[in-house]
Amino acid sequence: MIAVRRFLKVLAVWLAAMAIPVAAQDSMPPAPYAYNQLADPQQEAAAQDLMETLRCLKCQSQSIADSDAPMAGDMRHQVRTRIAAGEEPEAVRAWLVARYGDYVSYAPTVSKTTWPLFAVPLLLVLLAGFILWRRLRTRS
Amino acid sequence: MIRWTVWVPLALFMLFIGFAAYQLTQPKDEFIASTMIGEPLPQFDLQPASVDRPGLTTQDLRDGKPRLLNVWASWCVPCVAEAPHLEALRRQGADIVGVAIRDRPEDVARFLANYGNPYSRIGSDDLSELQLAIGSSGVPETFVIDGQGIIRYQHLGDVRADDVPVLMRELAAAQ
Repeated sequence: MIAVRRFLKVLAVWLAAMAIPVAAQDSMPPAPYAYNQLADPQQEAAAQDLMETLRCLKCQSQSIADSDAPMAGDMRHQVRTRIAAGEEPEAVRAWLVARYGDYVSYAPTVSKTTWPLFAVPLLLVLLAGFILWRRLRTRS
Repeated sequence: MIRWTVWVPLALFMLFIGFAAYQLTQPKDEFIASTMIGEPLPQFDLQPASVDRPGLTTQDLRDGKPRLLNVWASWCVPCVAEAPHLEALRRQGADIVGVAIRDRPEDVARFLANYGNPYSRIGSDDLSELQLAIGSSGVPETFVIDGQGIIRYQHLGDVRADDVPVLMRELAAAQ
């Protein structure tokens, strides 16, 4: 009984703490499509997939789909309105990359700065295979 | 006698650890620079954010006169710190236009009454649309726009005393 009561007490305190609003960066209401889904489920799914691979600029370890920063909300609004207007998700990504560079996108691309990331593992596998092949050959 | 080559993987590994440790001690650069330098401003038509200054359109920034475009907000704390330096820029002859991000007219009015108004125009950008279109990733940021409406320079973060001559030079270079 006491344990249950203690649990309820802890729960009450915890819920009260949760109810205190986090100090917002601004007092404006969120953009229309920051927290509202598109009516068309296919378009919404496309927008959601894209938003999960776009970096929040204010909170750089989160995607804009995960972030509650006002700017991430405005970016979701931008993505959803563009998708609703018939733009391809990759065109929306390209629009943002043209403004913020590769940094804004989580989708890996091979470019003149990122190619070593793809080439090095391949080279290491080839090297390991070569060493293994030589060892096995000399042993037999 | 062990061949020296057996130490090569360990040496490489230690090199990697050393590199990683060095990188961990380096301060992280939180700023994301715009990749729109040299690109024209997009078409926009921002409503006035304050009662005593007009709004801002692309045409206003294509009349042959280079300007500073300051992206700010009344709820932004570093914007308070940069206010006197924007005023110094205005006194030295810079024409500064403001873009107020996600802001209310009454908050803008209160901010300008408290910290001064160096702006000749202030447009309101309630959905951060212009901010995203010019590759700005936060407030405050200051762009140099040449007379043809082309973005020439971006200053990230609040303008400090040292930045005033730099911005004046960039403004002169954008003639």
